[in-house]
Amino acid sequence: MRVDVMVIGAGAAGMAAALKAKEEGAEVLLVERDERTGGILNQCIHNGFGLHYFRQELTGPEYAERFQEKMEKMGIRALTNAYVKRVEDRRVILVTEQGIEEVEVGALVYATGARERPFGSLMIPGDRPSGIFTAGVAQRLINIENRLPGKRALILGSGDIGLIMARRLTLEGMEVVGVVERLPYAGGLLRNVIQCLEDYNIPLYLSSTVVEVRGRERLEEVVVAKVDEQFRPIPRTERVFKVDTLVLSVGLIPQVELIENLVVKNPTSRGVGVSNIGQTSRDWIFSAGNCTVIFDLVDYVSYEGETAGRYAAKFVKGEIPREKIPVRPGKNVMVVHPIWYTPAEPLTLYLRVKKPMEKGRLVVGRFAREFEDLVPSEMLRVKISDRDLEGLDEIVVSVEEVN
Amino acid sequence: MKAVVIGGGVFGSLIARELTKYDLEVTLIEKNLDVGWGVTKANSAVVHAGYDDPPESVRAQFCASGNAMYEDLSKELDFDFKRIGSFVVAFNDEELKELERLLKQGEENGVPGLTILERDEVLSMEPNLNPEVKYALYAPTAGITEPWMVAIAAVENAVQNGLKLVLGESVVGFEKVNGRVRKVHTSRGEYEADIVINCAGLHADEIAKLAGAEYVPLHPRKGEYILLDKKLQGLVKRVIFPTPTKISKGILVLPTVDGGILLGPTAEDLPEEMKDRPITTREGLEKVREFTRRLVPSLDFSLVVKTFSGLRPESPQKDFFIKVSETVKNFVNVMATRSPGLTAAPAVAKYVVEELIQEKMRIPLEKKKDFKPERKRIVHYSELPLEEWRREIERDPRAGRLVCFCNEVTEKEIVEAIRRGARTLNGVKFRTRAMFGRCQGGFCMARILKILERELGVDMSEIKMKSENSWVVNGKVRE
Ligand SMILES: Cc1cc2nc3c(=O)[nH]c(=O)nc-3n(C[C@H](O)[C@H](O)[C@H](O)COP(=O)(O)OP(=O)(O)OC[C@H]3O[C@@H](n4cnc5c(N)ncnc54)[C@H](O)[C@@H]3O)c2cc1C
Ligand SMILES: Cc1cc2nc3c(=O)[nH]c(=O)nc-3n(C[C@H](O)[C@H](O)[C@H](O)COP(=O)(O)OP(=O)(O)OC[C@H]3O[C@@H](n4cnc5c(N)ncnc54)[C@H](O)[C@@H]3O)c2cc1C
Repeated sequence: MRVDVMVIGAGAAGMAAALKAKEEGAEVLLVERDERTGGILNQCIHNGFGLHYFRQELTGPEYAERFQEKMEKMGIRALTNAYVKRVEDRRVILVTEQGIEEVEVGALVYATGARERPFGSLMIPGDRPSGIFTAGVAQRLINIENRLPGKRALILGSGDIGLIMARRLTLEGMEVVGVVERLPYAGGLLRNVIQCLEDYNIPLYLSSTVVEVRGRERLEEVVVAKVDEQFRPIPRTERVFKVDTLVLSVGLIPQVELIENLVVKNPTSRGVGVSNIGQTSRDWIFSAGNCTVIFDLVDYVSYEGETAGRYAAKFVKGEIPREKIPVRPGKNVMVVHPIWYTPAEPLTLYLRVKKPMEKGRLVVGRFAREFEDLVPSEMLRVKISDRDLEGLDEIVVSVEEVN
Repeated sequence: MKAVVIGGGVFGSLIARELTKYDLEVTLIEKNLDVGWGVTKANSAVVHAGYDDPPESVRAQFCASGNAMYEDLSKELDFDFKRIGSFVVAFNDEELKELERLLKQGEENGVPGLTILERDEVLSMEPNLNPEVKYALYAPTAGITEPWMVAIAAVENAVQNGLKLVLGESVVGFEKVNGRVRKVHTSRGEYEADIVINCAGLHADEIAKLAGAEYVPLHPRKGEYILLDKKLQGLVKRVIFPTPTKISKGILVLPTVDGGILLGPTAEDLPEEMKDRPITTREGLEKVREFTRRLVPSLDFSLVVKTFSGLRPESPQKDFFIKVSETVKNFVNVMATRSPGLTAAPAVAKYVVEELIQEKMRIPLEKKKDFKPERKRIVHYSELPLEEWRREIERDPRAGRLVCFCNEVTEKEIVEAIRRGARTLNGVKFRTRAMFGRCQGGFCMARILKILERELGVDMSEIKMKSENSWVVNGKVRE
């Protein structure tokens, strides 16, 4: 089999990419290893999706459904239960219940999303009982399988996902005894701290972390301690919580494994490195979504997916400029995306700062603008026009703290 | 004639299988919900060459010979075994003396192929070792395996040959007549016995006491581990030991059979009450990190997949205690099964059945004519050539439905694991490697619960992770 553009992963990024590639006239095949399209959106039944893209607040499944309907209308072929085993030179090995197929592709859009950082990787000492779940597993159990993960829970990690899970578990009848965060401030949006914790009287323990789990069979106790500035636990500040459930929301990791050996990675996000048109270091591979950098909002994911899809189709037609100007992080910048700039499109920059700043001045080429209340957990998105970048052979992104 | 084996670790499993080669009724009683979950689950997985054991020890008697049996055993029982060789590395002349001593000791123990290599050769074979290395003792016969799979495979094969497998029952007492055990009592029932073989691992001393037989006191010696992602495959190609000290073989760096990198273990003696507490500690994990970095400076600890610990059944005399009881004449102890127990177990199994039971106890056993030595593994489709995998999918579409993405495990494999006896999440995990990969079940755990629910015909809330009280989900969110 041969297709112009194959899209791997039918989440928010992949569906958007497939649509735009098709609009651009390419023949598209979308492959998804799960039973249905939609990706992580399927299990996010809270609202907060689509404010930018649809100018309307939707739940995750509603957001996915809008894209699914469009895909149907456009007649896009989407294969589910289809697992990509290998990507080779312009060839993809696909495993499905029908068999194994080698597909020749004109271009590829890689949109495999992220996975959660699991318990094992945190090196938390103690027993190895049941009752420890990542937020995604707990969410899937509740929202899709209709099962409660336990009775009394503690949550580790106060990003938006952790906060939302605290509320969800409470609403479904579990007792949530607290959310533990090692930073001195909440990782998620203030709005979520209020709506998910304060409204339900769930305490937030800042500058704290889990130092031990106990329970020979099912989880029985979780020990939490205060941490110093280097996140090292402070002795004698331990506090024991009697819970049967620990929910971890401690970060997402871009899934790059399938093409890791083919493309350059973004050193700041550890995701697939791409240009502002979604192109990787390998000219026929494009990529978008959480496998490139972890985005805060699904809307951004869809925008980036669209760009990658459109340019993948253009690539097949031979309409792609070759220039790629490197973009790299400067002062106070922890994550920057994309890592190259191709002047065919304006540069939409995404960045995370290294530390909280009351006021910071973002400088990119000739562009400069001040921002207030910068925090690492909130992603900044800025459009920069061609004029501000003209003539540069390297683009450094930095933030000066303003006092 | 009825034989009862207590404990389904690597010793009990291989002994039970050895017994099924003969005409007798064999029962294996294991308190866990599956075999291989005791000491056998969490260790270094090294099939040792056999140079560390003092020549007069019982360990030395069985280590090199057990190692030599692994090749055939792994073929018969179809489990992974790779003879990758090992290095004991020395950083100075003091340590070189120790290597020379080990070399001599190894030769006495009948270990083939030992040599001491110099720096350049060592580094050309293992380029990621600390460049300050000066010498290494090379033991080409050392290997790696998947320890729990040795027990699972042996029991599956034994069951094919008539073994009665009793899971989830704990031995709690014995009924004796004329100084011989007649019945073994468990938490659920009782089993008649003419021969009893005590392979209860960390609890073998308590079992012997219950029976009124001799024993050596056991205490746990803990070893903590860190497992790193498969992305590091090839970082070391052999088992890398530091020069050993009096108390332990040191903290190693080695590849696992499925491509990960394992670091550990520590060695910490714990009181008897801690026999069932293989907990990890901050200090222990820190120590593993520090010591292994000395061997391989480039280790990347951002790629940790999991941490765990295991407990060695240690005795004051630091040696296996494998004997027919003098006081209880039909009782055999396989006790103090510290390292290198995994390596020695196949040789010990033969010894127990051929020499202790048949010669020492003078119980003549008749060989079964229809014993089938071979067991086949669950086919891991993603490892097959694509053409063969394709044909399998044509036969059964479930072979083309991926459930665990990290380790590429299909629904067919999971269903097969359940058919072969997996009743729990860990049962599926240890048989198929699903949930064993870098996401640790993040994508597949919920799906595996559903498959277990469907195949076992139970409600999801009844499915356990590992033991009776290790429930995974509570009730329904809404009816
Ligand atoms: C718990 C949670 C709450 C969130 N809440 C909000 C919110 O309130 N508002 C908001 O705007 N955003 C929210 N987000 C973020 C938003 O949902 C994500 O950023 C976005 O959905 C990511 O889309 P994606 O396409 O990059 O990845 P995914 O949705 O993860 O899609 C990737 C797809 O690729 C498939 N795939 C991977 N590998 C393969 C392979 N080898 N073969 C075939 N298919 C493959 C996967 O199965 C998956 O379906 C939330 C995210 C989470 C996890
Ligand atoms: C940290 C560590 C590292 C090691 N590294 C190596 C190595 O690299 N190479 C090597 O060769 N060896 C190694 N070993 C040693 C090896 O793991 C052991 O020798 C071996 O696994 C012991 O097996 P076993 O069958 O005696 O015990 P177990 O596997 O513990 O089996 C005993 C079984 O008996 C059951 N049981 C206990 N009490 C009862 C009861 N009352 N009723 C019913 N069932 C009961 C238990 O549940 C258990 O399953 C290591 C050990 C440790 C701990």
